[in-house]
Amino acid sequence: MIQLFKMAFRDLGRNRRRSFFSALALAIGLALLLLLAAFVQGEMGGAVDSTIRLQSGHLQVRAKSYDESKTSLKWEDLVENPDQITAQIASLAPVEVATPRLFASGIIAVGDESAGVRIYGIDPTSEANAPYREGLVSGEFLTADDRQGILIGKPLADKLNLNVGNQISLSINTSNGDVDEQLFTIRGIYSTQTGGFDSTTVFMPLAKAQAITQTENHASTIFVLLKDRAQTEAVAAALQSPNYQVLTWTTMNELLIQTEDLANGYIFILYLIVLGITATVIINTLIMAVFERTREIGILAAIGMKGRRIMGMFLAESSLLAVGGIIMGLILGWLVVAYFAKYGFYIGNMGITGILISDTIYTDLTLKDTVTLTIMALVVTLLAGLYPAMLAARMEPVEALRGGE
Amino acid sequence: MEVTRVENVTRVYKIGKVETRALRGVSLSIESGEFTALVGPSGSGKTTLLQLIGCLDQPTSGYVFINGKDVSDLNRNQRADMRRGTIGFIFQFFALIPTLTAYENIEMPLLLIGQNGSERHKRVMQLLEAVDLPDRAHHRPDQLSGGEQQRVAVARALATKPTLILADEPTANLDTPNGKQVMEIMTRINQETGVTFVFATHDPRVIKYARRVITLRDGTIVENNGKKAS
Repeated sequence: MIQLFKMAFRDLGRNRRRSFFSALALAIGLALLLLLAAFVQGEMGGAVDSTIRLQSGHLQVRAKSYDESKTSLKWEDLVENPDQITAQIASLAPVEVATPRLFASGIIAVGDESAGVRIYGIDPTSEANAPYREGLVSGEFLTADDRQGILIGKPLADKLNLNVGNQISLSINTSNGDVDEQLFTIRGIYSTQTGGFDSTTVFMPLAKAQAITQTENHASTIFVLLKDRAQTEAVAAALQSPNYQVLTWTTMNELLIQTEDLANGYIFILYLIVLGITATVIINTLIMAVFERTREIGILAAIGMKGRRIMGMFLAESSLLAVGGIIMGLILGWLVVAYFAKYGFYIGNMGITGILISDTIYTDLTLKDTVTLTIMALVVTLLAGLYPAMLAARMEPVEALRGGE
Repeated sequence: MEVTRVENVTRVYKIGKVETRALRGVSLSIESGEFTALVGPSGSGKTTLLQLIGCLDQPTSGYVFINGKDVSDLNRNQRADMRRGTIGFIFQFFALIPTLTAYENIEMPLLLIGQNGSERHKRVMQLLEAVDLPDRAHHRPDQLSGGEQQRVAVARALATKPTLILADEPTANLDTPNGKQVMEIMTRINQETGVTFVFATHDPRVIKYARRVITLRDGTIVENNGKKAS
């Protein structure tokens, strides 16, 4: 066995450049796989986190008849007396924070330009709104008693060329089906690094939103964040009531979860393509080696080496190539992943409705992905070595001896 | 004692629809300790006959016996088993493994029969002495002259103490002094150890070392003049 590996090692050394480039092909293949896995993990893991933090929360409690797609403002579709329910929910041990929110749709007009927006009436003091507060890029955050202030996202501000202190006209739907128009002053501009959210969402204090939409003391939802995501189902069960619907983050983000599954499917196909190309390079290298060494195979057979052992010699070569390529690939992959984990990969606003994907993806390589992909690369390389090895093992000694002359 | 016997052997090669009859009913017997030359022009069937005796190939018809055992119908693995330890080969080209040193090339057949480390080392060193190359043990083939390479090949053929050594034009690629040296080593080993040598050649300088000469032409034996006086 040691002799086989010694011979295999020296044989690889005969054509160092070819062996190096074959191992490099495997290394680049593996590094690419690691980057893809880390990219998807960073993107989808980030998307779930962003969507929960910015949009869905872990749980939402809404009136039984509330229809999200219509952004209904009818009183019967809203949660009445939301502060009381919010306080009850917040008192549960697994709940980190609960806050009422009112959603409405409207149009911002500035000069000749206009943009459709989704208005969030929020409690500015709630910790649940920390992501918006922390994302402030200029100006100030809202206060609860502000009657004219509004907070808009940076992409929207850039699009309409707006700055802190500018006035805008906001037309907003009301509970009785009318449209009310009022002037607001931009108090602050925020960015959550999620273009899909920032370009369409504006904030105002809940009290002001209730006043303008004529939904006194009502809210569209109670937004709930938990201390631990795993508690979602248990808390949802505890909150069940005939008057309300309790939505979990999984039901609210079905599209996201489906997209994640789809992405995993695509990524697997990409894995196969990358590994297929790598395998082709390895097969090519070893077939060339078999043909170059036909006479040697004949000599070894003549002195009594069995086909199985000749096969073992070539498999030893492919496993040495695999080990070399995998070590290089892991180093290369980790370096590239570490770079993008630190500096991120800017993809811009993906503009997928219902999914909040950050504008910048920070790669996230898990140990599971590293181990799985390393094993995949190893198995594929060994399988790729099988055909050339069998080719060598099946050579007739007489023909092999003649082949080299 | 009979080392090998060939009975009415034919070997037909088919290339496409063309049949080439390399051997046309050859019979002969080789006794232990012989030093026999197979002679004849190119294409007379010398190499084919050596390959059949050496279990590298199978006859189209007829029988080949090695140490009394019929080897005509053995499968590939059984033939490899038969070669290993029983038959040693020396080829016209210097058939060494280029990535292995002289020592390792000689050691290879011993590894294949599973001989243990200390015995193996002793045997390899003994063989390097026998072919006058003890100081070349750790040289690779490309660091050795043609004559030295062929002497390593002789040592490798002898490694497992086989009963039969088959040499196909062993001096064809050597100059006269190196060819002479290789033939003298083979003769000496034959006399000292009694191992049987059968070699194919058409070089008169080599034929003179043989104690028995078998002449082939067009796939048949045309002259089998028995043992020469030594």
